[in-house]
Amino acid sequence: MTVASDYTLAELCIVAASKAFANDGEVLATGIGVIPRLAASLAMKTSNPDLMMTDSEAWMLSEPNPIGKRGDDHVQANESWMGFSRIFDNVWSGRRHAMLGPTQIDKYGQTNTSALGGTYEAPKVMMLGARGFPGNSISHPNSFFVPSHNTRVFMEGECDFVSSIGYNPERLPKGHSLDDIDIRLIVTDLCVMDFGGPDHQVRLVSLHPGITAAQVQENTAYPVFVEGDIPTTEAPTLEQLAIIAEMDPHNQRAYQIKDNPAGERG
Amino acid sequence: MNKQMTAADVVAQLEDGMTIGIGGWGPRRKPMALVREILRSDIKDLTIVSYGGADVGMLCAAGKVKKVVFAFVSLDFIPLEPYFRKARQSGSIEVMEIDEGMMLLGLRAAAWGVPYIPTEVGLGTDIVTKNPDIKVVDSPYDDKEWVAMPALKLDVSLIHADRADDRGVCQIAGPDHYMDDWFARAADKTFVSCDEMVDSQYFHDPAQARLVHWERSQTTGVVEIAGGAHPTSCSPAYGFDVPHFKAYTGSAKEETGFQGYLDTFLGANEEEYQQNVGGLDAIRAIELPTY
Repeated sequence: MTVASDYTLAELCIVAASKAFANDGEVLATGIGVIPRLAASLAMKTSNPDLMMTDSEAWMLSEPNPIGKRGDDHVQANESWMGFSRIFDNVWSGRRHAMLGPTQIDKYGQTNTSALGGTYEAPKVMMLGARGFPGNSISHPNSFFVPSHNTRVFMEGECDFVSSIGYNPERLPKGHSLDDIDIRLIVTDLCVMDFGGPDHQVRLVSLHPGITAAQVQENTAYPVFVEGDIPTTEAPTLEQLAIIAEMDPHNQRAYQIKDNPAGERG
Repeated sequence: MNKQMTAADVVAQLEDGMTIGIGGWGPRRKPMALVREILRSDIKDLTIVSYGGADVGMLCAAGKVKKVVFAFVSLDFIPLEPYFRKARQSGSIEVMEIDEGMMLLGLRAAAWGVPYIPTEVGLGTDIVTKNPDIKVVDSPYDDKEWVAMPALKLDVSLIHADRADDRGVCQIAGPDHYMDDWFARAADKTFVSCDEMVDSQYFHDPAQARLVHWERSQTTGVVEIAGGAHPTSCSPAYGFDVPHFKAYTGSAKEETGFQGYLDTFLGANEEEYQQNVGGLDAIRAIELPTY
């Protein structure tokens, strides 16, 4: 395992995000978007071969598909049918871990994928909608990827529309505990965080090379729990970079973070 | 019983104010020819229940919609449906925004004749605070509260299938039938457009019969419209039409807007529409998407 000296920030984020799935055992890993999908694929090919994955259409795979157009000789490694209705059976059984990129994440870990500003009846910006996130967030672990860490995403107050449940005691359903909610990692272009601070406060886990804790706090509109010396996010190994390149032959990862910066900054 | 009819026959059975379910998913296997026939009609004030794509966007843009029941409205590769956004942002439509799985539960409740199905989906989110019609109830079996997802009873469902016989045996040959079986069961009447009418004998082959997902008793009428899902996909026959969707979304930024899109493409009937988009052979030649 040789640590790479030359890698992009996107590749650093993929490796950091893949750690979210490392100890999951046999669950369906769903990475929504290029970096989360590559993170799940990398985990399945390295740290957790027991992971399950779909082709984003209707089949469960024994081997993750590379992203984008594949050669005519590519044989997809189907192992079962997994149409959308069956996805819900899996989601509600809890045997899944999803990673996605919400537009807003508030201090409770509640997220918004639906509507911004204005009123709910006439929002200033209509986005995707609640999609499956209310069900995901109450049923199984979820992680987030944020390509641009700023105070519009990690915003003041509560999300304009709460499409996934978080650690907000005011919204906790009767008979439930905040410990029933399982938000795992938040990987951004600056750092890795989780909700492991006191009373489920957001906590700094590692800083990407060249980034300071002060920069993370400046770009987060609520207090980030920082305790002790914060480690630097581990650089990818050459082996991990080779797998990422194989899973992303058209280099779509280069377009996921603005200007595709190098992994080491500052 | 011969259930064959025309798209015009289908629309003749629709009335203002109806609740209409539309099968398919985003840009995939939508009964677009039937949607276009609604666009050509004077039907209005519809409530649309859909895993939405351009079906919802077009009906909103044409002023046909009073309310949308949705979890998303998206074209996948173009994440945000432009005309649905316009309708939402102008406040011109009512909405019932729910989780994707809640929609399935609502359809099942309607199909099974029960008023609701309990779920924990939606708890702790604005799904329950922004939808006064969705109640949270206590359970007789535990001390928790549960969302009572109400039945989504449909007057009519519209679905596109690959093949059907004249008795309403409908086949979906693509990898996923989405929730179309539940749309069929949740509706008083279900009308299915299909790419190809076949003899009932076709289904004697178990491999073909295996791809029939609901009973023919749930099918009210079938319409043969080859290419009828265009511009959405009907995998494995044809993919979704990327350039067409780009023109469609682009039209939302132009002054002529949706009317410009209709003037260019809609035509007086499906034959004219298909001529305007390059013909049936061109539709059938659209390659399948890679996910």
